[in-house]
Amino acid sequence: MLFLIIKRILLGFITLFIVSIITFVGTEVLPGDACTTYLERQAFGEQLEACYRRLGLNVPAYERYVSWALNAIQGDFGYSLSGEMPIKDVLGPRIKNSLVLASAAIFIGIPIALILGIITALWRDKLPDVAISTVTIFAMTIPEFISATLLILIIAIWLEWLPGIVIVPTDVSFLELLPNIILPVVAIAMIMTAHMARMVRSSVIQVMASEYVQMAILKGVPYWKMVFKHVLPNALLPAINVVALTIAWLLGGVVVTEVVFNYPGLGRLVIESISNRDLPTVQALAIILASIYVSINLLADLLTLMLNPRLKTLQIRK
Amino acid sequence: MTDIIEKVKNLSIGFRSKKGEEILILKNISTNIKKGETVGIVGESGSGKSTLALAMMGYVKHGLYTIGGECQFHSSNLLKMKSKDLEKIRGRKIAMIPQNAGQALTPNLKIGYQIDEALQLHSDLDEKEREKKISELLNKVRLPSPETIALRYPHELSGGQQQRVAVAMALAGTPDLLLLDEPTTGLDVTTQAHVLELLNFIAKDTGTSMVYVSHDLGAIAQVSDRIIVMYSGEIVLEGPSRDILKRPIHPYTHGLLKSIPKLSLAGLPESMPGSQPQPGTIKGGCSFFDRCNFSDENCKNNSPKLEFLKDLNTSVRCFNYEKLVNESQASQTVNKIKNKSQDKEILNLSEVSISYAKQKLLDQIFNRISDDNPTVKDININIKKGETIALVGESGSGKSTILKSIAGLLRTKDGLIRFDENRNLSSDLKERDPNDLRIIQLIFQNPDESLNPNHTVEEIIAQPLKLYFGLKGEELKKNIIDLLQKVRLGEFYTSRYPRQLSGGEKQRVAVARAFAAKPDIILCDEVTSALDVSVQAAVLNLLQQLKEDFGTTYIFVSHDLAVVRAISDRVAVLYQGRLCEVGPSNDVYKFPSHPYTEVLLGAVLEPDPDIKPKLVAEDIVEERPPEKGCCFQGRCSRIVGDICKKELPPWQLTDSGNAIRCHIPIKELQKEQF
Repeated sequence: MLFLIIKRILLGFITLFIVSIITFVGTEVLPGDACTTYLERQAFGEQLEACYRRLGLNVPAYERYVSWALNAIQGDFGYSLSGEMPIKDVLGPRIKNSLVLASAAIFIGIPIALILGIITALWRDKLPDVAISTVTIFAMTIPEFISATLLILIIAIWLEWLPGIVIVPTDVSFLELLPNIILPVVAIAMIMTAHMARMVRSSVIQVMASEYVQMAILKGVPYWKMVFKHVLPNALLPAINVVALTIAWLLGGVVVTEVVFNYPGLGRLVIESISNRDLPTVQALAIILASIYVSINLLADLLTLMLNPRLKTLQIRK
Repeated sequence: MTDIIEKVKNLSIGFRSKKGEEILILKNISTNIKKGETVGIVGESGSGKSTLALAMMGYVKHGLYTIGGECQFHSSNLLKMKSKDLEKIRGRKIAMIPQNAGQALTPNLKIGYQIDEALQLHSDLDEKEREKKISELLNKVRLPSPETIALRYPHELSGGQQQRVAVAMALAGTPDLLLLDEPTTGLDVTTQAHVLELLNFIAKDTGTSMVYVSHDLGAIAQVSDRIIVMYSGEIVLEGPSRDILKRPIHPYTHGLLKSIPKLSLAGLPESMPGSQPQPGTIKGGCSFFDRCNFSDENCKNNSPKLEFLKDLNTSVRCFNYEKLVNESQASQTVNKIKNKSQDKEILNLSEVSISYAKQKLLDQIFNRISDDNPTVKDININIKKGETIALVGESGSGKSTILKSIAGLLRTKDGLIRFDENRNLSSDLKERDPNDLRIIQLIFQNPDESLNPNHTVEEIIAQPLKLYFGLKGEELKKNIIDLLQKVRLGEFYTSRYPRQLSGGEKQRVAVARAFAAKPDIILCDEVTSALDVSVQAAVLNLLQQLKEDFGTTYIFVSHDLAVVRAISDRVAVLYQGRLCEVGPSNDVYKFPSHPYTEVLLGAVLEPDPDIKPKLVAEDIVEERPPEKGCCFQGRCSRIVGDICKKELPPWQLTDSGNAIRCHIPIKELQKEQF
């Protein structure tokens, strides 16, 4: 088991290493570099040389990669071009904001998704299922930029209950941020909850039709005991990976929603730094997003492994 | 009448089709289960037997509903009962032993918990007593070291052990009635015989009534006092089991018994035409009319009633049963098969070993397999042109593995596979040229999975024709129809999809596809085990006919020794990937034989209450073959000493050309053990 965990963690690092090389090479082969972007029309001769020296761009690419990677491991991603701020100072509050948004969506969305999924499955084809399923399918199919815009129109403009877009500074305190995040959270949670509820529903239905559930019924196990002991543990196992992917997606920045609400999270930073050709920041973001995906998937896999007795013994035997 | 435990009265269960029609799965079933008796319900798939058994517990599957009638258990109708009250009866008064224990045990709960759950629900024992009871129950079903088994998860047990756990779980509530839904289907022959013996013991020991549902008349014959035969949702015959089996007076049962291959009779059994009608397709008349040899105009227009014959103590649903009263089952005719093999060798396996071991990095680099104790080892077989050779053994004996290697799906570790004396086929698929691929074709066990559901029959059969012969247009079409006719399917099948065919028809399409390549060798992997008995005989006869027409060589893998007996010229018995015995099938089925062959033959269940299985060896499951000595040492009841553990036994030849690998001299082996 321990061997397996170590192996998976190592594999995770290898993935990150490959991602870092791809992004580094990607930014290298693109025409233009930090100095040409920064100096714009003055990018020639003496000035360009000086800029290269200052930013350390005059050494070979692999040397730059090594020093960049070494610093990145310590959390130092160098300087962003716009404003020449250290990237970690730019990222810090953005990560915090994204975390706030994601965790709010997770804490609201996941329990609701589980409950709705289970209800629809247990009352399959009856009124609760038909009603909830219709709503979830609607929520799933409406693209988030439409639902977000509609939310702004109704709640913020017509009813004037909540602010429509976020216009507070990036680094405000949590309490000040709170009223601003409600609408984005609702917009994200809607689509995410709907997806997960559908997933949970089909998974529970599948388990309910299994022979072991039929056996439990024929054994005289009372209904709810059967649901909690025999159905849910088996039905929710496959949900773990979906939940993990959703969390990674949330943390990685729900780009569209953040842009619509002008929310200062990672997703909007991605868009901004790409349009500003702020390559060092793009690089840093790629690495950070990749590590979020890798680590959350790793966690989900390990969790499934621990909860599923079948996989556990299988792995140990190997 | 107090000794009646459960009374089924005019029970009809069905579903509503998309057109709104009511379609019956069970049609007006009435029967009684008496105290202490074992009733066998037999029928082919789709006959409604499992629906009936579940209804006896007051359970109707999702999508089905009760149309009329009742199931009275101690004078209360289970089908109208509230689920609260049902929970008190299920598991306590009536318990179920499921078909596939591997899937019927909840995967995330330990064995001990699952039994404990039944005890908690259905007894007043406290925790200490329950713990003791769990051990007792596991002991009763003869599981080794109950304490450790209780702590395991279902997937950590073998199929036979899982089935025993299911039995223990059912016994936890000390039920009055046990329902068994195909409890031994899917188990190895030897395990199956052991589980049946255990069930018989439990029936005697506890005095519980049992309802035993199965498609297998052999298993039914071993356990039941009374037999109910079902056909498309109706009871067609009901009576004491000896009478039903010895003198079946309904044409369906008559035909069914005739179509089962027997160990004592070499040759192919007669087959029954057609297959069971789909529910809802019968509009009037007898449901067996289409397939019946005794039918007349009356049968076409009127449906017969179930009639009780006092002097025979049997109920029968047939107008013409009298024609059958005097005929006995002994008149079984078989189509003797002639050994058409020529002296020419077509395939030769020498010293073949196959390993499933995961390759280490170093081995991958050098492209080699290192495994001292491979799954299959030292296989030497000569296969002659035109013969049918069968590989038999329990699951894990390596029989399918060998087939895969011959087909090129698996690489061999060592040894040579030679075709036609000079062509080397030891390499796997990627290295074989198209012609090497053409000469060997495979027919799989389950046609549902081996036929592409999105292709029509025409496309399925066209593929090998296009691939190997480049046929196009009219010629292609002509060839396809030709092949379909060879497997007795009409031209109109071309546009059908596999899901529109019955099991037997699907397997015929698979056979046609194999023959389309005009192969020299066809590998048959358990080709009949997914089929119903009456269909099985028809497919076997078809295979035999095609072989005589084309001179094809068959390598036939099966766990069913009676089927093997019926079709093969030669038999190779395998245990743990090692050969135990090879010889002409007539000789393998006679003494002297290898102790393992004896075990296999002893465990075969025949549809005859007078032939009891002989249980020679324990049904232990060995994970790996032993490192040295005889492969069967772990289970052999005739071990002669240390030599069996240390030395690989020599091949001994009998006068008739049967080769046996055993340390016991042939003369000794000749003596029957029991």
